[in-house]
Amino acid sequence: MKLKLVLLSLVFTITTVLTGCESILVLDPKGPQAETTANVIWISIITMSFVVITVMVLLIIVLLRYRASKQPDDYEPPHIEGNPIVEGIIVGVPILIVAFLSVVSVQSLYKVEATPEGYEDQEPLTIYASSSNWKWHFSYPEQDIETVNYVFIPTDRAVEFKLYSYGPITSFWIPQLAGQKYAMADMVTTINLAAEAPGDYMGRNANFSGEGFAQMKFNVTALSPDEFDTWVEEIKSTAKPLTEEKFNELLEPGHLGQLTFTGTHLGFSPPPEMKMEDMNMEDMEDMENMEDMH
Amino acid sequence: MEFFERFAIPHPSPMIYASMVAIGLTVIAIIAGLTYFKKWGYLWREWLTTVDHKKIGIMYIISALLMLFRGGADAVMMRLQTSVPDNTFLDAQHYNEVFTTHGVVMIIFMAMAFIIGLMNFIVPLQIGARDVAFPRLNAISFWLYFAGAMLFNISFVIGGSPDAGWTNYYPLANNEFSPSVGVNYYNWALQISGIGTLITGINFIATILKMRAPGMKLMKMPMFTWTALITNLIIVFAFPVLTVAILMGTLDRQFATNFFTTTAGGSDMMWANLFWFWGHPEVYILILPAFGIYSEIIATFSQRNLYGYKSMVGSIVIISTLSFLVWVHHFFTMGQGALTNSIFSITTMAIAVPTGIKIFNWLLTMWKGKIRFTVPMLYSVGFIPLFTIGGVTGVMLAMASADYQYHNTMFLVAHFHNTIIPGVVFAMIAGLTYWWPKMFGFMLNEKIGKWGFWFMTIGFCFAFFPMYITGLDGQARRMYTYSEASGFGPLNMLSFFGAGLMAISFIIIVYNIYYSFRYSPRNVGDDPWNARSLEWATHNPVPEYNFAIAPQVKSSEAFWDYKKNGHQLFKGDIKDIHMPNNSGQPIIMAGLFFIFGFSFVFYIWAGVIISGIGILACLVYRSFEKDDGHHIHVQEIKETEEKFGGAKK
Repeated sequence: MKLKLVLLSLVFTITTVLTGCESILVLDPKGPQAETTANVIWISIITMSFVVITVMVLLIIVLLRYRASKQPDDYEPPHIEGNPIVEGIIVGVPILIVAFLSVVSVQSLYKVEATPEGYEDQEPLTIYASSSNWKWHFSYPEQDIETVNYVFIPTDRAVEFKLYSYGPITSFWIPQLAGQKYAMADMVTTINLAAEAPGDYMGRNANFSGEGFAQMKFNVTALSPDEFDTWVEEIKSTAKPLTEEKFNELLEPGHLGQLTFTGTHLGFSPPPEMKMEDMNMEDMEDMENMEDMH
Repeated sequence: MEFFERFAIPHPSPMIYASMVAIGLTVIAIIAGLTYFKKWGYLWREWLTTVDHKKIGIMYIISALLMLFRGGADAVMMRLQTSVPDNTFLDAQHYNEVFTTHGVVMIIFMAMAFIIGLMNFIVPLQIGARDVAFPRLNAISFWLYFAGAMLFNISFVIGGSPDAGWTNYYPLANNEFSPSVGVNYYNWALQISGIGTLITGINFIATILKMRAPGMKLMKMPMFTWTALITNLIIVFAFPVLTVAILMGTLDRQFATNFFTTTAGGSDMMWANLFWFWGHPEVYILILPAFGIYSEIIATFSQRNLYGYKSMVGSIVIISTLSFLVWVHHFFTMGQGALTNSIFSITTMAIAVPTGIKIFNWLLTMWKGKIRFTVPMLYSVGFIPLFTIGGVTGVMLAMASADYQYHNTMFLVAHFHNTIIPGVVFAMIAGLTYWWPKMFGFMLNEKIGKWGFWFMTIGFCFAFFPMYITGLDGQARRMYTYSEASGFGPLNMLSFFGAGLMAISFIIIVYNIYYSFRYSPRNVGDDPWNARSLEWATHNPVPEYNFAIAPQVKSSEAFWDYKKNGHQLFKGDIKDIHMPNNSGQPIIMAGLFFIFGFSFVFYIWAGVIISGIGILACLVYRSFEKDDGHHIHVQEIKETEEKFGGAKK
C-alpha cells in the first residue's frame, strides 16, 4: 500500500509543481508557435492524467479487494478466458483517446511548421543560423550584418530561421519561442517563429555535438521594430566587416563570446544546397545576389 | 615504442588509472583462485565448453549482472557530476565517454543479455524440449556476445572509450570529430555481439516452431514463450540493418568511404534512419519478453489464469509490426515536414492501443484472484503504474509538434528510463527471483528481496520524475554541466539522491544472492510458488535432460492441469535420451573474433589476417566434424530421478 501512496503523492506533487510554476520555460511561451506547443502539452497532460488515474484506481481496487489475506482459505479463483464486451472496451477507449490526440497532433504540426498565425500576409525576416563547434552564427541577408552567439529579432514580426551546420548535427532551440529543428551540413531546415513580448530568451543547441556542447548557448533578444532598426543601424556604423579569413578563424573549434560584424558569410561560404520546394522566389533572388557579390 | 603509443588513453585521469589497477588485481585474483582451488578443469568442462541451454542462460545472466554494475557505476557518476551546478568531478570529455558507454552497456550488453539469458533458461523448459534447436550455435551466440562485451569494456583502459553517444550520429562519429579509436570499438563490439544476437534469433525461432511438446499448439504456448518467439522474429528482421549500418560506418572511418559524410554524396541523415530502423524495434526486443515475464508472474501470484490470452497474443503481434513503422519519431526535428511527421506521429501513438490492452488484461488477471505479494509480484505490481506513466509520456512525445520541445531534453531521458527500468529492469529482477529455484534449487530470501524492491522503486521515482520538469525547463540531455542561473540544481540533486537509492538496491540484491546461497533451505520442492506453466513440471534444479519423459500438453497451463484437473503429463516409459556433446570450439572462435575486432580497432593488419584465417579454419573444421552427440541411458536417468525424489507421473 505504501507504494501507491508514494506514487500518488509524487504524481500530485508533479502536477501541482507544473501548474504552480509558471516559470517553466516550455510552458511559458512568448510567441504563437511556442504557445501552440504549450497548449498541445497541456492537452496531452490532462488527457494522460485521466489514463494514469484510471489505471491506478483500478489497480488499487483490485489489490485491496483480491489480496490473499482478505480471502477465505478455501477460495479458488475462477478460470476466466475473457469477455468480448470488456475486451471491446479496453480496445475501444484507447482508440478514441489516440484518435483525439492524433487530430490535435496533426493540426498543431501544420500550425508550427507554417508561418505563425496572424503573420501570414507579412514578409518574414529571414535570418540564417549556422552552427560550428561550438557556437552559433547568425546572418541577416537583408540587413547585411552577422552576429555570433546572440541574435536580435523584432517583436510582432514573423521570423524565419534558415538552419545549417559547419560540423556535427546540432539542434536549434529557443524554448519560449518555438520547438527545435536540426541544423545539418548537407541540408537547410527552417523554423518559423514570432516573438510577441520584448525580452531576453535562452537559446541553445539541444543535440549533443562533442566536447563544447554544454556551453553552446545563445541569447535571443526581442526588441520593438523601431529599436531593432536602430540596433541594425548602430551595428552598421560601428562593427568591422566579416572577411572570409576572419570567418574561417571563427569556424575553428572552441568557444567565442558574442561578436558582431557587417556583411555576412553567405557570399563566400553559402549554405548547403537547399531542396527546391523549400525555396521561395525570395531565396532564389537572395542566392543570385550572393553569387554576384562573390 | 611507436606501436604501443596507439594504446594510450587520450584523456587519462586518476580514476582511470585506479580502474586499471583494479582490473589487473581482479584478473590476478581470479586466476590465482582458480589455480589454488584446482577449478580450471571444472570451469572448462562444466561451463566454458557447455552447450546446455540452462548453463548458457546462467552465464548470460551473470554477464548481464556484471554489465549492470558497470553501467550502473556510469549512471551514478553522471548523476553525481550533474548533482550541483558547475561541478568539476568529471570534465566534458569523460562525461561524454561515460554517457556513451552507459547507453551501450545497458542496452546491448546488460538488458539484451539478461533477456536472452532468461529466454535461454526458460523457453526450452516451457515448451518441454531437451535443449534449443542448435545447441552448439547457442554457445557461439553467447561467446560472441561475451567477446563483444569484453572488447567494449577494455576501451576505457586501452585507447579510449567511444564518446559520440550510444546513438553515434554522424558526422560527429566520423574521424574528423571523433579522432580517437573509441568509435572503432563501438563498431566492432556491436558488430561481434550483434552476430551472436542474430544467431540467437534464428536459433530460438527454430526451437519454438519445431520443438514444442506433443499437443502444444501455437495458441497453447505459455505467454513468455510467445513473447520470446515474436522477439526473435524482430531480432531477425532488425539486426541485419544494424550489421549493415555499422559496416558502413566502419568503412567510412577505416577505409575512407563516404556513406555518412556530408559531402561527396554521403548523407548523415541515412545513419539516423538506419540506426533507428534497428533501434526502435530493439526497444521492443527488450520489452516484449518483459511483458511475457509479467504475464507468467501475475497469473501465478493471482492464482488465476491469464485474462484474455488471445488478445495478449494479438497485441504482441501488432506491437511487433508497428515497431517497424515508427522509427522517424526519433528525429521528428530533422526537417522532413508536417506530412511525414503526421504519419509517424499517428503510427507511434497507435502502439499505445495494444500496450493498453496488455495493461488492462493484467489488471483483469488480478481481478477475482487471490493475490500473494511475493518479491516477483511486488515488482510486477510496481511495474503497472510506473510503466503506465512511462507509456503516457511516450504518447506525449509522439505528438510531433510537442516533441519539438521535448526532443533531446531530460524529459526524453525521463521517459525512456521510465519505460525501460520499470519495464525491463523490474522484469529481469522479478524473473530472476521467480525462476531462481528453477535454476539453483533454493529460494532467494523474500525479506531482503522486499527491501531491494522498495529501494529500487522509491529510488527510481526520485531519480527520474524530476527530469520531466527540468526537461520542460530547458535542460538538454548529455550536458556535462549547467550554470547556477539555470535553476536546474535542486532537482538534479534529487535525481542523484534517487540514483544513490537505486545503487543501494543493487547492493541489496547482490547481497541477497550471497545470503540465500549461504543460508536458504535447500529442500524447497519442485513447485515452490504454486505455479502454472510447464517449466515447473520438472525438478528443481533441472536435470541435464530437462524432462525424463517428453510431456503431453493440452493447454497453456499444462502444469496447472496436471495439478488440479488430473491431466496426465508424462505417458510411457523412460527411454535413452540423445544429448549434444560439449565443445570448446565456440569459446575459441569467439576468442579469435575478439582478437579480430581488437586488431581492427587499432589497424593491426597482421592480427586481423591471422585471426580471420583462424575464424575461417574453425568454420571449415566444423563443416567436416562428425559429432553425433551422446546418449544418457535409462539406468542413469532412473538414478537421477530417484535422487530428485522420484520420477514425475
